Amino acid sequence: MLDVAIIGCGVIGAASAYELSHYRLQTAIFEAENDVADCTTKANSAILHAGYDPEPGTQMARLNVEGAALAKEICARLDVPYRQCGSLVLALSLEELSHLQKLYKNGVANGVPGIRLLSAEETLAMEPNLAPNVVGALYAPSAAIVSPWDFALAMAEVAVRNGVELHRSCPVTHIEKTAGGWALTTPDGIVETRYIINAAGISAQAVHDMAAPHKFTIQPTRGEYYLLDKSEGSRVHHVIFQCPNENGKGVLVAPTVHGNLLVGPDAVRVEGDNTACTAAGLAFVSAAARRSVPSIRFGESIRNFAGVRANVDTGDFVIGEAEGAPGFIDLAGMKSPGLSSAPAVAKEVTKILKAHGDLPAAKTDYRDGRTRVRFKECSPEEKARLIAEDPAYGRVVCRCETITEGEILNALREEIPATTIDGVKRRCGAGMGRCQGGFCGPRVLELISKTLGISPLDVLQDKAGTNVLLCETKQEENHHD
Amino acid sequence: MIDLVIVGGGPAGLAAAYSAWQHGLRDILILERDNELGGILNQCIHNGFGLHRFGEQLTGPEYAGRCIEMLHSTGVRVELGTMVLEVTPDKKIHCVSREKGYQILEARSVILCMGCRERTRGAIGIPGTRPAGIYTAGAAQRYVNMEGYLVGKRVLILGSGDIGLIMARRMTLEGAKVLACVEVMPYSGGLTRNIVQCLQDFDIPLYLSHTIVDIQGKSRVEKAIVAKVDENRRPIPGTEMEFDVDTILLSVGLIPENELTRQAGIPMDPHTKGAVVYENMETGIPGVFACGNVVHVHDLVDFVSGESDLAGASAAAYVLQGETADAVVLDLVPGNGVGYTVPQRVRPADVDRSVNISFRVRQNYGPSQITVTCGGRQLAKLKRQRMAPGEMEHIALPKVLLEKADGPLTVAVEEVIAK
Repeated sequence: MLDVAIIGCGVIGAASAYELSHYRLQTAIFEAENDVADCTTKANSAILHAGYDPEPGTQMARLNVEGAALAKEICARLDVPYRQCGSLVLALSLEELSHLQKLYKNGVANGVPGIRLLSAEETLAMEPNLAPNVVGALYAPSAAIVSPWDFALAMAEVAVRNGVELHRSCPVTHIEKTAGGWALTTPDGIVETRYIINAAGISAQAVHDMAAPHKFTIQPTRGEYYLLDKSEGSRVHHVIFQCPNENGKGVLVAPTVHGNLLVGPDAVRVEGDNTACTAAGLAFVSAAARRSVPSIRFGESIRNFAGVRANVDTGDFVIGEAEGAPGFIDLAGMKSPGLSSAPAVAKEVTKILKAHGDLPAAKTDYRDGRTRVRFKECSPEEKARLIAEDPAYGRVVCRCETITEGEILNALREEIPATTIDGVKRRCGAGMGRCQGGFCGPRVLELISKTLGISPLDVLQDKAGTNVLLCETKQEENHHD
Repeated sequence: MIDLVIVGGGPAGLAAAYSAWQHGLRDILILERDNELGGILNQCIHNGFGLHRFGEQLTGPEYAGRCIEMLHSTGVRVELGTMVLEVTPDKKIHCVSREKGYQILEARSVILCMGCRERTRGAIGIPGTRPAGIYTAGAAQRYVNMEGYLVGKRVLILGSGDIGLIMARRMTLEGAKVLACVEVMPYSGGLTRNIVQCLQDFDIPLYLSHTIVDIQGKSRVEKAIVAKVDENRRPIPGTEMEFDVDTILLSVGLIPENELTRQAGIPMDPHTKGAVVYENMETGIPGVFACGNVVHVHDLVDFVSGESDLAGASAAAYVLQGETADAVVLDLVPGNGVGYTVPQRVRPADVDRSVNISFRVRQNYGPSQITVTCGGRQLAKLKRQRMAPGEMEHIALPKVLLEKADGPLTVAVEEVIAK
């Protein structure tokens, strides 16, 4: 019998697992996909928001500001790429200045540190590549950029190291109330647990409705993005937002912790996890972004992607024990600022357990912390030492990002090992560069095959069914039509 | 201090090394990141290489083999599995390998031969889902020819670059069905001989002025939607065709691989996306040369080798005779119909008898003339029966002619109207 079963290992599930792993609880995570952080958490704006957007008094307002501060500490402790670069919301017309005033007041009410309004001159001095018709900006120095999948992965890894079980490719298909708690039906068998945490992202409504009366509706909302080459990475130095206008939510332009430039998203309601990019969406994004930063060179794009955020009809995060389902805790509707809020949302779970008298003592032997080898960031002396210790660091496999065989092998041997080519990419960055794995893909595939002892034909690009190779050439002697 | 360090052991690096040795250099080191010499030639198992250089048809590995054999009679040293991380403006080369760890080599001269890479889906923004089954043609070529695996059974090829055409034939021979090759431009980007031998001979249709407007499929490609485009390359609604395919190969252009070049602060040409080079393949840093696809993308390896002969000879001259004295520099400017020129700069005093200019035209041309002008004065005029963007043009400008120039030289083309 588990104490807590967490459904979903995106950033909310991972943060919850990390938080709960500090206590003497039997906790397990059930993730439907074959890797953690493989849905909304891997495809978003990668920003820890300062917290001036949410209306004061909402859960979003409080958890955003608290969560962003906690995230900063966690990223430092777990060696997650993080940079507090600050953000600017631009006013591109006099009418938009009044919107900045409103955001400023929100920010002050929400307790956002260091927030202030800038003149056009101050704004352009900070960001010379902005549109010359900027009339002012709201500056929030606490806004940060992060590697969102690494953030989730790091928390999940430390949780696993401290006793949390992780079940991947393990969707929960049925939930039933039992005398002592709940029974979950999964491919790994029926699992009994006292508490359930619903951190299922865009599937949170479906999971909730398995256990409790219908309460909220998830409205999957797709956002499309451009990821530009590092040659565009210093086009701007802060996260550049626009004011929302009649054409929808503004499009942002932001540096990434990996040195690229991220542009997007739009916001379109879709069915389920429809993450297809569209010509119209991409055209909207590029046109909108040029309003803020006219000189962006979209010819330097290296990838388009889309993510689906779990918008919800209640307007605020859905956090708490579901009515009529004692022990079933929703962490749902985690739209923006869900990533920023995640560590604070996780603390809400321990508050609920504590209120029930079910939060045992903290572990005294907790093993926190995590470091990663990032070869390209090392000094020449450190590089020499690494290769001397392990010659695998002397072989560069991903040329664009200078990722070594040593780092790829690490990704395949971590507490939550990569099993796919994209899993390796998320863990160490191989294939993230301008050739998008065209060069290193076959070599990473070979390393996965050898290290995990599986046939090259069984190596996946990403999710189930994404086999890269279809058959051996020698066996193919006939036409297939 | 090493006389010459060559970054890259593909066809450019191999030819440059041999030429530098022939011109008297004795301390030459090739740094190759792969575990064998030859570069991309190793996966190009089709023939058609070497007609110009060796006077016979060779496969890629055979061509590489010839170049490597030539080095056997020299004392050129090679370090394999060695990745260069940085070349500094004062010619220090930072590199790593399993065997030697982190090295900082000092060189009197450097030749950059890093080749090029393929443009990807992200570079051209194809809408749709992102399932498995979308590969650059070169990556698919590696899987098929070197690893022995087939990446797909029903294939659509986007782009009519040479690698895409070659792979259309290769996949067909391996038992896959190639349904079509789709090209957004009104002309092919590949060699005519490849259109004939790789598409027409196998009844694979080529759709010019078409592109992929949507990719469908959740885990694996299931469909590609192709539409005709207008003269501004915008899809025309109502012209969509559906192709049931499990694989899309992209042959949508090559980009010189110039991270090291940019890092070193060497001036770049936005048209070629390679270094700006002088008549002897020297870059903006004296003693640092570049040749092959890292300078501009070639369609024939034979011309890469030829250009690299020049770079090798120039590096030898630089080390043995010293830096060229300051002299008059003429800029070469791409004029009407010309995409770029290599070299971009010429020092007439350093030209021996003539300088070879390579360039590409921006569209298909019938009977036409190439002109070289200086301040409105025509210095040279050459005739061509036809020219195409997929086939690099070469002209030789005699030294005597260069000495008549007193400013930038413009290379332009125009069609000759038949009477």
